[in-house]
Amino acid sequence: MQINRNPLHLSILIFFLFVAPGGSANAATEESELFAINCAACHGDNGDGGIGIPLALPDFLASVTDDYLFKTIRHGRPGRIMPAFQHLDDEQTWAIVRHIRSWSSGKVKLSPEGAPGDPEKGREIFARYCARCHGPLGKGGAGTGINFTRLHDHPVVAPGLNNPGFLAAASDQIIRTTLLKGRRGTPMLPAAKMGLSSQDVDDVVSYIRSFEKELQRPTKTAMVPAKPTLIATSTDSFAETVENIRQAISEKRLRIIRQHYLDDGLVAQGEENKKQLVIHFGSIQQINTLLTIDPRMGLFLPNRLTVMEQDDGKVMVTAVNPLRFGALFNNANLEHTSRELYKIYSAILEEVSE
Amino acid sequence: MKTEHPLRSILLFILLMLTALPLQADHLIMVRAHQPLPAALDSLKQTIQQQGYTVARVDMVNIGLLGMGYTSNKYRAVFFGKADEIEKLSRKYPQLTPYLPLRIAIFAEGDSTLLVTINPSTYHEFLAAREPAEIFNRWEKDIEQILSLMAERPGQAQQASGGK
Repeated sequence: MQINRNPLHLSILIFFLFVAPGGSANAATEESELFAINCAACHGDNGDGGIGIPLALPDFLASVTDDYLFKTIRHGRPGRIMPAFQHLDDEQTWAIVRHIRSWSSGKVKLSPEGAPGDPEKGREIFARYCARCHGPLGKGGAGTGINFTRLHDHPVVAPGLNNPGFLAAASDQIIRTTLLKGRRGTPMLPAAKMGLSSQDVDDVVSYIRSFEKELQRPTKTAMVPAKPTLIATSTDSFAETVENIRQAISEKRLRIIRQHYLDDGLVAQGEENKKQLVIHFGSIQQINTLLTIDPRMGLFLPNRLTVMEQDDGKVMVTAVNPLRFGALFNNANLEHTSRELYKIYSAILEEVSE
Repeated sequence: MKTEHPLRSILLFILLMLTALPLQADHLIMVRAHQPLPAALDSLKQTIQQQGYTVARVDMVNIGLLGMGYTSNKYRAVFFGKADEIEKLSRKYPQLTPYLPLRIAIFAEGDSTLLVTINPSTYHEFLAAREPAEIFNRWEKDIEQILSLMAERPGQAQQASGGK
């Protein structure tokens, strides 16, 4: 995710980095400014969470190293909303780490290194104790952090452990510490409270680490991104095409929510291009499902089809390609619903082009 | 103490690069405004106009969210643009029409408001650079300016105390 790159902000940063006399107050300002620009939109101004997870939890900060935070910022979490901030240099990234660290006066207290575990035993333990929140394959919980559809009293969405960004950032010792100590303020309980032994914990660590092998296999997600737009050409007139679309939407038991000209509101009323019409449609359930998975999806909701007659008389219908949503929003949880949406769009466009 | 095998780091790095490419999120620009949604929405419309764009529509997004048991339905999408630019691009590149006019989704998160949009440079990528980047670069710059101003706006409480 790219956060604003206001030249004014950059100038301030450059000033603090290279010109201003050294001093802890200046350094702290620079650190908080970098956090504000790059992180606060998702994690909140004070790290209390939002679309992103809360960072200011004492248990979290006590169980992760600076190196973990650095690598998390650098690599992000592919498919889990958190982008890779590769445009930040090392110094900027460390400055953000220091700012995050300033929220806790306590020191990092990692548990001792464990013994080698048995990943097969770990798989069984994980299935019984961890999968309910982290998913059967450790992909993490669905949805984002607190936002307008998930309020502050809801538990934190369980992070994805079967994620290359997480696996690159988290050492075995960090995973072990989290399992042993749990995380207050989240549903994550200490292992002992779940009846797990130290050896059980080592087995689970070993299982989580084994995800790396699975991720190294080629997957569909490494394919070329889908085309951004779905396009159909209609052999009917503009008016007939509009009517056919409306009928196709109704037959799918979806609701036509509104329709307007593409340049509606941009030009004076009555002067719109009447050959460029936008039809919004969908179902309440579908809209709310998508917003719950990712509130940023409102950029493309309700669904919309654009019908237009070109200068040569050709009638075209266009729509966003939902298969592109996962990549646009860095959110793999959108993929299932996006595929469903793709089928709906494709079916309507097929009917129009027949 | 265990030592990390250097090959493991290399493999993880390659893996990250492979997986991150199709899922990178550089397509979005997002900021937090320290205003409740109604005030932020008014500010946004004003800021868009000051930047030389016309606000075309403000649409409700989350129809029926209250009916689903949620306690907030504060979500809007603000559409805006310049008529001549939208007309030119929509005629020349029909594949861009689903993304036009420009839009910013704006939704409440507690007492603050989040604003998110697609980076217009993404649209240039969609066209595989067939159109000169000029217009998209300008849109990107203008949108960053709009969102920067929104992020810098003080909240109501700060405004009130600042006035005393």
